[in-house]
Amino acid sequence: MSSPTTGTSTATTSGSPSFWRMCWLIASKDLRVERRSRVVTNQVLPFAGVTMVIFAFALDKETVLEQVAPGLIWLATMFSLLVLVQRAFGIEADDGALDALRVAGVDARAIFVGKALALSAQLLLLEAVLLVLAIVLYRQTVPAGGVVLLVTTLLTATCGLAAVGTLYGGLAAGIKGRETLLPLLTLPAVAPVLIGATRAVEAALGTVGAVVSDGWPWVGLLVVFAVAFGVGGALAFGPLVDE
Amino acid sequence: MTTTNPDPTDALAGGIPVSAPVVLSTGTRGTRVLGIATIVSMAWLVAFGLGFSPADRDQREAVRILYMHVPTIWVAYMAFVVTALSSAMVLYLGRGGRPQPLGWDRLAGASAEAGTAFVAVTLVVGALWGRLTWGVFWQWDARLTTTALLFVTYIGYLAVRRLGGTHQQRAKRSAVIGLIAVLEIPLVHWSVKLWRSLHQEATVLNTAGDIKMDGLMLFSLFIGVIAFTLFYVWLMLHRTRVMAMEDALEDRGLDDALVARRLEGTI
Amino acid sequence: MEDAGFIIGSYVVVFAVVGLLTGWVLRSGRRLAKRTPDADKYWT
Repeated sequence: MSSPTTGTSTATTSGSPSFWRMCWLIASKDLRVERRSRVVTNQVLPFAGVTMVIFAFALDKETVLEQVAPGLIWLATMFSLLVLVQRAFGIEADDGALDALRVAGVDARAIFVGKALALSAQLLLLEAVLLVLAIVLYRQTVPAGGVVLLVTTLLTATCGLAAVGTLYGGLAAGIKGRETLLPLLTLPAVAPVLIGATRAVEAALGTVGAVVSDGWPWVGLLVVFAVAFGVGGALAFGPLVDE
Repeated sequence: MTTTNPDPTDALAGGIPVSAPVVLSTGTRGTRVLGIATIVSMAWLVAFGLGFSPADRDQREAVRILYMHVPTIWVAYMAFVVTALSSAMVLYLGRGGRPQPLGWDRLAGASAEAGTAFVAVTLVVGALWGRLTWGVFWQWDARLTTTALLFVTYIGYLAVRRLGGTHQQRAKRSAVIGLIAVLEIPLVHWSVKLWRSLHQEATVLNTAGDIKMDGLMLFSLFIGVIAFTLFYVWLMLHRTRVMAMEDALEDRGLDDALVARRLEGTI
Repeated sequence: MEDAGFIIGSYVVVFAVVGLLTGWVLRSGRRLAKRTPDADKYWT
């Protein structure tokens, strides 16, 4: 059990922490909880690894696996996202911590941004691991020309995924026994990311004959998605979790 | 439609006598007129769709399915727009701690139900049409994929409406999700369009091609749109009234329980 | 006309759903109206 830091080190007697300071406090709280409990590293990453392995059981041909590898990376990311979001809000629901933060007067948008930042960090770690696994298990290679596209795709896709996950996670986790709602809401919403990120990674890795320049329009889509859900999510989060 | 019930003790609420209801249905003169208009235009639609309108040059008789298919997706889109606007009204009128306007909330919900039902019908009928014209029940082009995701998105919206809690909570939650859905749909549509435009092999079957229709066919389509719009309005009137009664009964049930508990305490 | 099955089928599907929605809303309307006090019926 952990309690959020009160920010006494930076808050002066005249006022509460600034918006961005609060986001940072909440993000670092979440990451500190993870560092102490190690749930992501001990459970979620292995889960992602397992999905990458069992994909090979279902898709028997190695040539097929090589061609669809970018898609499999993002599929595994989507499933792991659901687990990560459950976890991110599970830690809040257990002790009513989310309500406590709101009652204490913390801006709902700061909670949203803070939790989305922490979720992004975990997602990026997850995606890096999945990429390595894809290189090993599905014989992917990363050409030097595709690195910039690859990194940009990972960053922009992650922001969008984190925004959607935090928004719907806040809704689903607030009500006991309603976590089953999360996949139903999240997966259709992140369909654009699945489409765009897969195409962009295909372009970056040169899978199925795609070239790097094919990937940049998709990054544009990912950026718009991230901005739309980042802003929309921050605005919607307060009304959704306040009951 | 109304009968008088002479026994007032039939309806007792928590020990407090309530006079028996005289109005026994959700029908009014307005809905009866609408209902008749709907039936007439539906009959007209069938007559034209299956009878008077000609077969198409390319699709032959399969074009007759479109007289069902196009109106159903039209109604679905209209219904979802109504849901979005109603959701906006809920949030606007209920801003800053004011009580959420439940009438708009019920319209948002009823409209989403109708929209979802009509998208499902559109997908099924569209699959039948596709089988006749393209030879396949389904393919992953931009329009079909987006429609399928539209369907699932609003299934999610309906699930959020059933999360429980007070009517106020339901109204606010659903309104937010309803507006997020309106954000999602263009994003999905754009990404799917971009996706399918880059995969040229999908356009062997030219699903994006506009179907040329002559005057009588267009007229039949127009009748179809009118008929289904009338049905939609009729359905909304009845469904929102039913939802109002459901909400009222739930509230009274709570009141009854409270009264009963208090009465227990006085014995 | 071998397509007839599909065409008739489409019309049947559509009108079946229309009929089901109609029946459902009218039936639930009658059922609830018996139990709900008139004061709660704003359309009267």
